[in-house]
Amino acid sequence: MSTGALRIQRASGHAGPIPGEDTQRRMQVAKLIDTTTCIGCKACEVACLEWNDLTFRDTVFENSYQTMPETAWNYWNLIKFNEHERDDGSMMFLMRKDQCMHCADPGCLAACPAENAIVQYQNGIVDFQQEYCIGCQYCVTGCPFNIPKFNSQTKKVFKCTLCSDRVGQGLEPACIKACPTGCLHFGTKDDMKELAETRAQQLRDHSGYAHAGVYDPPGVGGTGVIYVLHDITNPEAYGGLPSNPRVPWTVRIWKGPLKWLGNLAMIGGLIGVTMHYLRYGPKHVDGGTGEGGRP
Amino acid sequence: MNDAILRYNLVERVMHWISAITYCYVLLTGLAFYSPHLYWIATLLGGAPTSRYWHPWVALVFTAVLFWMLRVWLGDMRITPQDRVWGDAVGHYIRNEDEDLPPIDRFNIGQKYFFWAMLYSGIVLVLTGLVLWFPELIPWSLRSFRYVAVLLHVAAALISIGAFIIHVYMGTAVVRGGFTSIIRGEVSPAWARTHHRLWYHRVTGR
Repeated sequence: MSTGALRIQRASGHAGPIPGEDTQRRMQVAKLIDTTTCIGCKACEVACLEWNDLTFRDTVFENSYQTMPETAWNYWNLIKFNEHERDDGSMMFLMRKDQCMHCADPGCLAACPAENAIVQYQNGIVDFQQEYCIGCQYCVTGCPFNIPKFNSQTKKVFKCTLCSDRVGQGLEPACIKACPTGCLHFGTKDDMKELAETRAQQLRDHSGYAHAGVYDPPGVGGTGVIYVLHDITNPEAYGGLPSNPRVPWTVRIWKGPLKWLGNLAMIGGLIGVTMHYLRYGPKHVDGGTGEGGRP
Repeated sequence: MNDAILRYNLVERVMHWISAITYCYVLLTGLAFYSPHLYWIATLLGGAPTSRYWHPWVALVFTAVLFWMLRVWLGDMRITPQDRVWGDAVGHYIRNEDEDLPPIDRFNIGQKYFFWAMLYSGIVLVLTGLVLWFPELIPWSLRSFRYVAVLLHVAAALISIGAFIIHVYMGTAVVRGGFTSIIRGEVSPAWARTHHRLWYHRVTGR
């Protein structure tokens, strides 16, 4: 979903600089999700559908409170539930709001070949612009969080927009608005980071969570969605949150050196055959005389 | 030409041109997705979503023709010890000193290598292409298949492009008469003697 109020700083499939880049002060926004105060009520799921005009999807029951196994092209926000057994044998019900992480270094954008189909605004929001999407699903391969989802009818890919349309108008995302416990916060990245660290410190000092910490993975340059986790050493327990997400190295090679080497090889090949023709020219068939033509 | 020799029958010519046209389509649309600097090619071919839609289907036709070619040409494409002797002297061929080359049969080793390069890169392209076509069918736990596929798809495409550039150059600019032969099917006896002497002896009995 595009919005005129937000300036673009990075665009997929775009050769050269971005017009208007860096002409505004960059204010990174971030969503803070405190998993320690989430009660799994799914108000954020409903608010997301409501605001984005998505029809409710059939839920899938898999012996859990989770609505469906993963997010879908028309279901961008999903609470992941996990019954986690701690080392001392006690149980914990881990709940994590799963959605696009809005990476500072987005793998989807790096992989996308369609100009402007994926953009990153100067506030850090990564947005898909479906009118430019060609349906190749390279973004699915570029994303380390399994977020972009394909609609096979329209051949377009969808994901959470961080409510860029609301944020562009100075509003907070719909999920934040709906959260009844206050476990969701929205603001500048700096403010959210500070709030998250304060909360993690509180959990470590007063609530007995010695490993409480903030999830803001450096492998993707940090994210526009950060989590407070009871146990930062085991993010995988929170419905498969990757402990060290990175854009796949094959995607980096494919979009980096392989492109340059390939271009050089193709241009070199064309120059090579041209040079060969200028030096040696065509072969001659001399009608049966000479050694080459003798039967 | 009364004494013209049939080099490619109608089936072989049709086969060649289906593969040529389908290859050019997947090459051009593929290049559009390969580099932002070439994205305009997709616009010329009806828009990027259209190009993306047809690329895999046309590629399936190309792959099918590759195997059709394998059936028809397998006998001619096996590399023989004579080919290797010719291959060792390929410098003469490159410098147009054809009189210093040993005689060869219907195809020279370069043509055979071209065939095998296209066949094998085509197989890699279609296998990795299926992964790129239906990434949603690859479970998240097997995502490394997708990571490898994107790389191999481009690598195999680049190998086939290299082979394709040399093939088109040789067939049109260097070996005059080659292009006519794949369109009309016929070559002159002198052409056959010069370029494929063993084949000339075999088909004419002279």
